[in-house]
Amino acid sequence: MKLLQQLIAPAALTGALLLFTGCNPPGKTTASSTAKPTEVNSAAARTWVAPGDKDEFYLFYSGGHSGQVFVAGLPSMRHITTIPVFGRYPGTGYGYDEESKKMLGDYTWGDVHHPGLSKTDGLYDGRWLFVNDNANNRIARIDLRDFKTRQILGPIPNSMGNHGSSFVTENTEYVLVATRFSVPLPKGRYADPNDYAKEFNGAVSGIRVDPKSGEMSVGWQIITPPFDWDLGSTGKGPSSGWAFWTSYNTEMAHDQLEANASQGERDYAAIVNWRAAEAAVKEGRATLLDGVPVLDPAKVPGVLYYLPVPKSPHGIDTDPSGRWIVAAGKLQPIASVFDFTKIQAAIEKKDFESEFRGVPVIRHDAVIEGEVPVGLGPLHTQYDGQGNAYTSLFIESAVAKWKMPPWTAEERADLNKVVLDKITVHYNIGHLVIGGSETKQPYGKYLVAMNKLSKGRHLSVGPSQPEDSELIDITGKKMQVLYETFTEPEPHFAQILKADTIKPIEVYPKAENTDPDAVWDAKDTGVTRHGRVVEVKMIAIRSHFTPDRIDAQEGDELVIHVTNVEQTPDMIHGLGIVEQNVNLVIDPGETKTVRLTMKKSGVFPFYCTNFCSALHQEMQGYLAVKPASLAEK
Amino acid sequence: MKKLFQRESVFLRRSLSLRSRLLLLVAAATVVAAAFLPLWQIRLVAPQYQEGLALYIYTHKLVGGNHGQDLPEINMLNHYIGMKPLVEEDFVEMRWMPFAFGVFALLSLRAAVIGRMLSLIDLGVSFSYFTFFSLGSFYYRLYTYGHSLNPHAPMTIKPFTPILLGSQKIANFVQTSLPEAGGVLFTLFPILIAAAIWCSRKEEP
Repeated sequence: MKLLQQLIAPAALTGALLLFTGCNPPGKTTASSTAKPTEVNSAAARTWVAPGDKDEFYLFYSGGHSGQVFVAGLPSMRHITTIPVFGRYPGTGYGYDEESKKMLGDYTWGDVHHPGLSKTDGLYDGRWLFVNDNANNRIARIDLRDFKTRQILGPIPNSMGNHGSSFVTENTEYVLVATRFSVPLPKGRYADPNDYAKEFNGAVSGIRVDPKSGEMSVGWQIITPPFDWDLGSTGKGPSSGWAFWTSYNTEMAHDQLEANASQGERDYAAIVNWRAAEAAVKEGRATLLDGVPVLDPAKVPGVLYYLPVPKSPHGIDTDPSGRWIVAAGKLQPIASVFDFTKIQAAIEKKDFESEFRGVPVIRHDAVIEGEVPVGLGPLHTQYDGQGNAYTSLFIESAVAKWKMPPWTAEERADLNKVVLDKITVHYNIGHLVIGGSETKQPYGKYLVAMNKLSKGRHLSVGPSQPEDSELIDITGKKMQVLYETFTEPEPHFAQILKADTIKPIEVYPKAENTDPDAVWDAKDTGVTRHGRVVEVKMIAIRSHFTPDRIDAQEGDELVIHVTNVEQTPDMIHGLGIVEQNVNLVIDPGETKTVRLTMKKSGVFPFYCTNFCSALHQEMQGYLAVKPASLAEK
Repeated sequence: MKKLFQRESVFLRRSLSLRSRLLLLVAAATVVAAAFLPLWQIRLVAPQYQEGLALYIYTHKLVGGNHGQDLPEINMLNHYIGMKPLVEEDFVEMRWMPFAFGVFALLSLRAAVIGRMLSLIDLGVSFSYFTFFSLGSFYYRLYTYGHSLNPHAPMTIKPFTPILLGSQKIANFVQTSLPEAGGVLFTLFPILIAAAIWCSRKEEP
């Protein structure tokens, strides 16, 4: 059919039935790039995405205590959109309609740290993005079909300070999370903080993800000593079924942590066999604590081991092969490379140096491959899939590039030799990200450095300063900074996704709208009163609301369901009611509901807030509220 | 004069060669296919509709591009100028058009079986009449839509006739009308009939 059309479409019928060619309908040609403004190989040319052109990668930044996720494009670094997750966001009406209000609950903010993309067979599948809330112990799922937050789970029972999250397993069986803080469990129980070591506990949890719907639920938890778990990562290949977290308070200090938690030469990393934990719960070896199956690792051997790593480590990152695990001790200038095959052998041979509360401590020297002198304040490590690792150096404000094992005897004798390159960043880098670093096949190509301080790098905006991100080209022998941009507070970690992995929808198809209160035709709209409840079924379409008059009385409860009946991309309508704090933003094909009590009489105009059309200003109406005294007559 | 009539009479009684009969079978297939394929496309392109809005006209239905979505979108835009919404039910020709196409297919088959030049002349003439009638009626429809604008509409524009073939600018839109696959096949039909006549012009009566 298409072929036939292509062969014979440029033909036209005249009165004399003549055939002629060359009538291509206009608008079919795509906008071509304008000429590159600079030399082909300059940094500017390599990050230049001409107007009308699109980026090669998505960059999903966590928004820190803004509670949001920022979406940018690479290599341009242009901010494209913001996905609100744990906080209200007037721009998209998030947190103003009943559904998102319910999802947010009573919390007005969250602290998003580590986004994790869903995976299938150890590769990004582009289905979901999971993000954690460090502040209120929650975890959220963003659907990449529509870039919307679809579920917020939590507060997670027995979990306090959901920082060591969101680490997605190879096939998105679980999102693994660990507690930064410890409290007396179950939550709500009181104990004197002086009894910290005895009464307080932390936990690592497996948040189960429904393979079809993505619906999250708490699968299991392993109760741990109050070590303050930090960053983690999941295994693959030889380490498939395992997960790793660092901790920074093996000292179990409960005050003045800055010094008291920095006394030991080594802190324990947790080596968790999550498949064994899952199996133990299935075998009924868990007890219920606050409604969640909880495992005591002393009673269920094999689910948890400890591994001593240099002083107060932060990141622990599994490489693309799944064999090497790199932990960086922020107070020591080295990155420790552990060999998972040796860890497995040590577990098998019970090559333990001690035991802590019934959990074996693996002998450090039996499993260490080497300690690479990367520089001062090493935090996190990412991989390019070409045998190189990149470690962020917070104190040094730099990124170190170094060679992963296997090393030659000569290199092994002096591991300074495997440090290949170092580049300065501005300033105090926290996380860094290489696309697909935690998958089996990293994209390589770009590294984004997320720097904590931006002072002096941008036009001054006063004391509240943005964060700094730098795009680094890692394709050459030497790293090269290509671009620098600034974001609102505060990206911690990020994920990079190849743009063609996903194909988001741009309108909600009418056929998929299951809202029982959706109406699609003006004749089905209306205002009905049931006692003191006034229910409005409304449609929004260019450039009017139907109905555009709502009558109510003081004291009534007003329920408005508004459907944007458009099916055209970007035809977004908003419903703002003045002095009523109503702010709905309805995407094409979407229905949203708001409930409010008419606390005051008067006439309140409502209008479309999201510019839609030439007659957008005319898209308005009135909410007329009679005073109680007048209404009763 | 008598000679001319005689020649005409002989010509009309000429039998059809195998090649002509095969061409008639092809012609029947062509017109059947045309009944199921889009005949015409109306396309609207504007700065904010770079991808264009398309309307496909079939013998029996009106289909918007982009999974049908372009039709409500075109109607939505037309409401600003007070144009009547394009609704399939309003197009009465969509009820008899498929029937007419069927009739032409049957007449082609009949001519192939009977094998007389006269049938071909009948077929060609009636088809030409049908074509011009349809184009005329289509033009009249376009004219009516563009000239019966609701005076209460938000925007007042000069009444216009959407172009039947080719491109023209209407406000911010470039409107283009072109035949589609069905239209091309429809055009092929009279050519095949003409070819069938040509191939049997010297056959024995």
